[in-house]
Order: sequence, then C-alpha cells, then structure tokens
Amino acid sequence: MSRLSDANVVIAKEIIGRYPRPKSALIPLLHLSQEQNGYITREAMVHLGELVGVTSAEVYGTATFYEMFRFEPVGKYLINMCGTMSCALMGAAELMHHAEHKLGVKAGGTTADGMFTLAHAECQAACTEAPTLQVNYRYRFHVTPTDFDNLVDDLRAGKLADEIPVHGVLAKVRQRIPADKGVGAVAPEDVTEGPAWLDGKPAL
Amino acid sequence: MSSYPHAPGFVAGDRPKVVTSRFEYTDSFTIERYLATDGYAALRKALSKPAADIHEEVKGATVLGRGGAGFPAGTKWGLTPQQVWPRYLVVNGDESEPGTYKDRLLMERDPHQLIEGCLIACYAAGLSQCFLYIRGEMALAQERVATALNEAYAAGYIGKNILGSKFSVDIVLHWGAGAYVVGEETALIESLEGNRGMPRLKPPFFPAANGLYGQPTIVNNVETLANLPWLISNGVEAYTAIGTKTSPGTRMVAVSGHVKRPGVYEIINGTTTFRDLLYGEEFCGGIRNGNKLKAFVPGGGSAPWFTPDQLDLPFEASQVGPAGSMLGSGAIMVMDETTDIPAAALTLTHFYAHESCGKCTPCREGGTWLERILTRVVNGTGTDADLQQLIEVGTSICPGDFPHASNEALGLSAVPFPYKMTTICFVGPSAYAPIHSALTLFRSEFEARVTKRITIPVTAVGAAS
Repeated sequence: MSRLSDANVVIAKEIIGRYPRPKSALIPLLHLSQEQNGYITREAMVHLGELVGVTSAEVYGTATFYEMFRFEPVGKYLINMCGTMSCALMGAAELMHHAEHKLGVKAGGTTADGMFTLAHAECQAACTEAPTLQVNYRYRFHVTPTDFDNLVDDLRAGKLADEIPVHGVLAKVRQRIPADKGVGAVAPEDVTEGPAWLDGKPAL
Repeated sequence: MSSYPHAPGFVAGDRPKVVTSRFEYTDSFTIERYLATDGYAALRKALSKPAADIHEEVKGATVLGRGGAGFPAGTKWGLTPQQVWPRYLVVNGDESEPGTYKDRLLMERDPHQLIEGCLIACYAAGLSQCFLYIRGEMALAQERVATALNEAYAAGYIGKNILGSKFSVDIVLHWGAGAYVVGEETALIESLEGNRGMPRLKPPFFPAANGLYGQPTIVNNVETLANLPWLISNGVEAYTAIGTKTSPGTRMVAVSGHVKRPGVYEIINGTTTFRDLLYGEEFCGGIRNGNKLKAFVPGGGSAPWFTPDQLDLPFEASQVGPAGSMLGSGAIMVMDETTDIPAAALTLTHFYAHESCGKCTPCREGGTWLERILTRVVNGTGTDADLQQLIEVGTSICPGDFPHASNEALGLSAVPFPYKMTTICFVGPSAYAPIHSALTLFRSEFEARVTKRITIPVTAVGAAS
C-alpha cells in the first residue's frame, strides 16, 4: 500500500524520463511518495529504488539527508516556526512559546488528535516579514499570538482546506512536458557533438 | 498577520528597475502579462545573433553573480572547456542564506523572466539542458514556475526548435527537500544527481569543467539569470550606465530586523550606501521607534558584522571586502540598541551548526562545539574560559586573523575579507563569523554574562612545623 499507486508510477516514469540519469529523479520521487502517504515508508523506499535502479539503502541514504522527508507519520498540518536571526529579532522565541502552550505540545511534538505537528525551522526566506511560519510550506507573515490562535482554530474548523493541502503535498501544479515539444533527455555518453545552433563553432 | 499573496515592502520610485519591473502588476506571473510587457522579445533578439555575440554582451556588461560570491557570469561561462559536450545549466534557486529574500520573489512574481534568462544563457553558452532547482520549502514558487514552464512549452518558447530556430533546449523543474548546504554549487549538483547534498572538493570538481554527471556545468543564481532579458533587450551600454564600472546594474537587497520599513528593494549597484538604504526615506526610513543602530549584518548570515562606523560604505565589493566583510547574497539584518548581541549571534551559529552536512570535521564538530559553548554563555552558565574556547574552536575552522570591521571607539582597524578555512565550503566559517564579530565588537556583553575565575589566595590551615 505504501508503494506508489499505479497512477503515481505513471507520473514517476514521466519524471525519471526527464533526466539523463534516472537517479536524479530520486528527490522528486520521494516528494511524490510523501504526497501519497504523508511520510516516507520502508516499502516506498524499496519501490523507488526499483524505479530508478538503485538499492533501497541508497534511497534511504539520500532521503535522510533532507529535512522535509519524514519517516514516521506527522500531523495533518506541519507548522514550521522560523527561529533564525531576523525572526528571532522580531520575537520568534516568544511566539514559539505561545504556540507550545496553544497546542499543548513541545516543539517537535504532535497533538493527540493527529492534527498538528509543531516544529522549529530555520530561515524561510521571508525575513522582511518576520516573524514567519509555514503550515505545510504555505507562508504566514508578521504572526502575532492572536494570529497563531486564529490560524489553528481555522485549520481545525477546515476553513483553509482550499489553500493549505494536507502534509506531503507541495506544489499543486506539476510540470508537464508535451511529448511533441520536449527535446528529451540523453545520457551524457551518448552525446558526441555540440548543439545544432552553434553550427559546429565553439560556443565561446 | 498577513497571508499570501503578500506584498513585501516595495516602495515605488523612479529608480531603474531591471528585474522587478513587473512586480507592480497583480498578475505579473502570467504569460499574458509577460508578453504584454515585452516578454520573450529578448529571446527573439538573442536568436537573431550568433551565440558568441550574446556571450560577449554578457561578458561586456560584467553581470556579477548575485548568489553570494559575486563572480561575473560571462567569465564563469567562459571557463567551460572547448568542444566538450553535453554541457548543462543548473539554476540555483535554493535560496536559504539567513536574511536573504529575493530569488523567491523573482520566481513567484516573474517566473517567465527567469525562464527567458535561462534560455538566453543556454543559447549563448551552448548548454543543452537546463535544471531549475528550487528550494523544497517554497511551494508557491514551485507552483508558479511549473505553471510558467507549462505555458512556455505550449507557446513554443521552450523545447524543440524554439521560435522556429535550430535552438532546442528542455528546462526541467526540480526541487530540493530542505538542506541549506545545497545552495553551494557542488552540493547542488550532488543533490541533483540524487545523492546526499554534500559539497565536492575543488579541485578537481570545478563545475564549469567537471559538474553534473562529470560534464561542464554552469551554475547560476536566479537573480543573475533574471538580469539577462533586460540586458539583451536594452544593450550593454544601458546596463553599464546603471551603477559603477566594477558593479554595474542593480541588485535586489532584503533589509530585515529593526528598521521602520523592512523590505526587498532593487537598488543601484556600486553607489547606494548602507546609510541610504537603512535611513533613506524611499527605503527603510530609519531604525524603529527612533532607536539607535547597534550593528548590522551586511551580506547574509555568513558575513562579518558592521557597526554604524561602516554606514557610508557603498554596495561595492572592492570597498566592502577590505572593510572586513562581504556583500554576499544581498541580505541586511539590522539590530537596534535593544538587541541582546550574544543571543543574536547564537541564532546564527545554531543555524550553521544545524545545517552542517557533516563532511568536514572542523565544521561538523566545531560548529556544534561553538553552539554548545555559546548556549552556555547566553544562558549565564559559562565562564570566561569559554570565551577563549570560542576563539580557539573558531581558529581551528578559520586559521589566522578572521576578518572584521574597523571600530573607532574600540581602536580596531579592519582585517579584510576573506578568511582562510579548513573546510570545503563556507558553512563551517559561517558558524564562527557571528561569534567572532560579536566578540570583537561587543565583548563587554559577553563578559557581563560569564562567571569570572578569580585567584584565591592560599590560606594556611595550620603551621607546617
């Protein structure tokens, strides 16, 4: 069940086909798997290894390097609270303290109803809007304690379902390269001459 | 709380806009708006000339890399070996340097401009495939770029025989999964190959010669590429007329922290000073609540700090470097007089210790040590020996004099940037930079927090004889 679904295997093969080497597709495929299951399972890693032609240990090696991949279930909403300098200067520590009280869990914990996981996060590239947080990687800026309470209440009430998908879903739009338009990926060893538009001249 | 879509602190003005010209439109990210505002005209113009001419233009305009190192893009392209095929373009959209906030805006607000920039670069340097690597946490940027790529493929701007020419290239959208170090170009390539994102040793792995799949690879920052459409449309003269000879054009700068109007501003390169930016009415408008400025980080979390003494320096690498810091990725973090300096330094050191990939021992161990010792000091359980220990650990990551700014009150003269380092990439030194700056410029704040060792005189309990 936690292998990729048939529909997702089709998407996975399309993604793999865009790269000169299949292993390059590994991180996008891990995201696809996390989108399907909410986290990365053992079976998923075995399956992804089969799809790109590496061992499941190599998949595990890559996956564990990156913070966004989770290996056990997290809440439906992952709330990442930025605590790096610009946010810290604007009160991030106090906000985190408030968040822990509101949700009744310490940073890193998940609420008993499985709705929220609260986490420390590093710089979210929105420093001028500090303090910031991301809910399933959707931004909230200039967050006050009241804003945080309202956000949690709205999420509980299902009011933000259109904007904020469940944990695992990143971009809701996928790149699609139409078969008749794409150039197609070629393994580097199969390329013997320079690109056609250079007419055999050196590029530079 | 404001939610997306949120306008950051852009202030209208008649300053030249090279990369943010469309930001005033609410639909700036659509292909309709892009085409209505001269979109893809630069690509057409480029395709009408030989590739080498376009490369000459980029070289002639000295488009400095906007990712941090400030290396000219045209020169970087020229480092690829002749007649080795295929070559790739990797777009570095893994923006995650603390304080930096510009590439995300360029991807969210004007993705077609970035795509057009990629196409021009591929055409000029003979690059046959482009990988657009976006930071994993940026869901909206991924959506906007994916939509833009789909639109551009459908309209024939990307893919086979672009606009009926011989030029064919694919742009593949790729995104990361949360790792700061992947912003380093060789780590980015590792990550793109499906591996753990650890930097490679240079030499031999200079990407221009030995990059993705061992092939010549150009890694350029999002903002650098976003400059190209304007440059090709308006010409080298118009581009170099903005800014100075060594720092032409504009650059995007994010000012955050304790200013009245934090925001991302497109400023004129080379001539705008830190004072203009922090105090100018068209920019940040001064420090919040009329407070005094205590210190500021001039170029992202890795940069040594400046104090009010350095406010009159311009955005010019040849002046900021000798003054003891760097312009880096265009991120200024401002601290007013209320700031707890040791605690502020700790947030940055924590960041770099946390983001160490673990490949080089001085960074993996040293960063963690620095964080632990500094935590102790900030919490009030440190001793004065800890302050010495911080410097010793730091010196094992960066041997020799670490760069710092001059300070009149303290009688310090500047030590120029850069530093020596015992690690492959800049993550290790970056963990030490905030500590060194804070300790050099604000030592009394550390000393006030630590327990001092005192010499206790020996008292005889009894007579020996």
